[in-house]
Amino acid sequence: MSDELKTPLLDELEKGPWPSFVSDLKQMAPKKRMVRDLLGQLEKSYRDKRGYWKHGGLVGVMGYGGGVIGRYSALPEEFPGVSHFHTIRVNQPSGWFYTAKALNELMDIWDAHGSGLLNMHGSTGDLVFLGTVTDELEPTFRELTAKDWDLGGSGSDMRTPSCCVGPARCQNACYDTLALTYDLTHKYQDELHRPMFNYKFKIKMSGCPNDCTAAIARSDLGIIGIWKDDIQVDQAAFAEYLDSGMNVQEYVVEKCPTKCISIEGKEIKIDNSDCVKCMHCINMLPKALRVGKERGAAIVLGGKAPIVEGALFGSMMIPFMKMDDFEELHDLIERIWEFWDEHGKNRERIGECVERVGLAAFIEGIGLEPIPQMVTQPRDNPYIFYEEYYEEE
Amino acid sequence: MAGISIEQIADEMYQMVAESAGQKKLKSTDLTKAITSKYGDQVSKQDCKDAIKLLIDSGRCVYGYFGGSSIELPHKEGSAN
Ligand code: SF4
Ligand code: SF4
Repeated sequence: MSDELKTPLLDELEKGPWPSFVSDLKQMAPKKRMVRDLLGQLEKSYRDKRGYWKHGGLVGVMGYGGGVIGRYSALPEEFPGVSHFHTIRVNQPSGWFYTAKALNELMDIWDAHGSGLLNMHGSTGDLVFLGTVTDELEPTFRELTAKDWDLGGSGSDMRTPSCCVGPARCQNACYDTLALTYDLTHKYQDELHRPMFNYKFKIKMSGCPNDCTAAIARSDLGIIGIWKDDIQVDQAAFAEYLDSGMNVQEYVVEKCPTKCISIEGKEIKIDNSDCVKCMHCINMLPKALRVGKERGAAIVLGGKAPIVEGALFGSMMIPFMKMDDFEELHDLIERIWEFWDEHGKNRERIGECVERVGLAAFIEGIGLEPIPQMVTQPRDNPYIFYEEYYEEE
Repeated sequence: MAGISIEQIADEMYQMVAESAGQKKLKSTDLTKAITSKYGDQVSKQDCKDAIKLLIDSGRCVYGYFGGSSIELPHKEGSAN
């Protein structure tokens, strides 16, 4: 890159063994004024210890209220290349599977219309195109849709549903996360593109309690695979673990949170009635243990990262739902939205709304029967107050 | 439904957006609540959604974002300057 731009503070981020975004930006800077000015503004921000971005405004593509995040430099004279630096969210394929051809198409579009910088993937799950000007938004959108891509969500809408790789690559998957993500994305196109809620609504799908999408903590509605029956055991494979010298007692038996595992001779015994499906033993002994055969998903509601209010974990709404078809889930989602629409306040996430009105009032409002498995967090007490129980005492 | 068309709802919503321009940013829910409280059972939430769709797709209104999504009259980029 040219000698004129000195970035001593950013250069620090290139030291050490890790890949550095600064090196990537420097590689592109000679080709793109936008990237060069991005480096310049970033260096200044580090030096002055303040950000120079302004967000929001009226950028978007015709008919859509989400998918584009307006960003402008507060120093357009000094850094004209980033006077506009809008982000475009591209709806990712379920499980983030791309063909090389698809990736090349995307890169060609973005090289022609934007900075060429991208983020795979943002925390929402989308493929994120970083940095373009307002006049390039419609042309980018046109080219994307001509190749069957679409924008993702942003603002007060249903955010792009996202999932783990599920049954495509993972033996732990208790339902087809990819199919559900595809289904919800298509069914709720209006909710995705036309912001109509009090605030954002994220749906994440994890195929098992390992929860690789962090659905319980990072989504308003988490759909987490679970099984109802017993963990499947291959005793011969278990014996091989013992024979290999693995300290199963220390690393598996003693680490089971409910102490429901024991070893008898060369066999593993699990008291499944006490298993809380934490996945630890299955993760440690993948050749010997498998999730059960009666599979479905648990539905948790209200998780979120701290933004307006503090972070929340999702609360258990439905401990087990069959995932053969998704109609029961659609019905639940629509009842939740209806309630939120009626009772939610501006910029209030569903979890905050539920906290304000009370979990018991909420489940009654959406027509769920209270059951003991409804807990605010794993291994917690139920949040339902059983009046009959107390009356009998 | 009792003679209130989607176009009429859209016109009323447009009026609200125009009147509050520069003072208050209205959201989808504000427009829907205003219309449903005015007409009660004569309009449904779906009618309101359809009316907003009409406003946006015709270009009479656009979506904006300032800490939350709003429905606004088209104008020059807000944050640019
Ligand atoms: S959440 Fe479970 S099913 Fe999904 S990828 Fe992770 S381990 Fe596999
Ligand atoms: S899944 Fe967790 S709770 Fe269940 S048996 Fe294995 S370690 Fe114990």
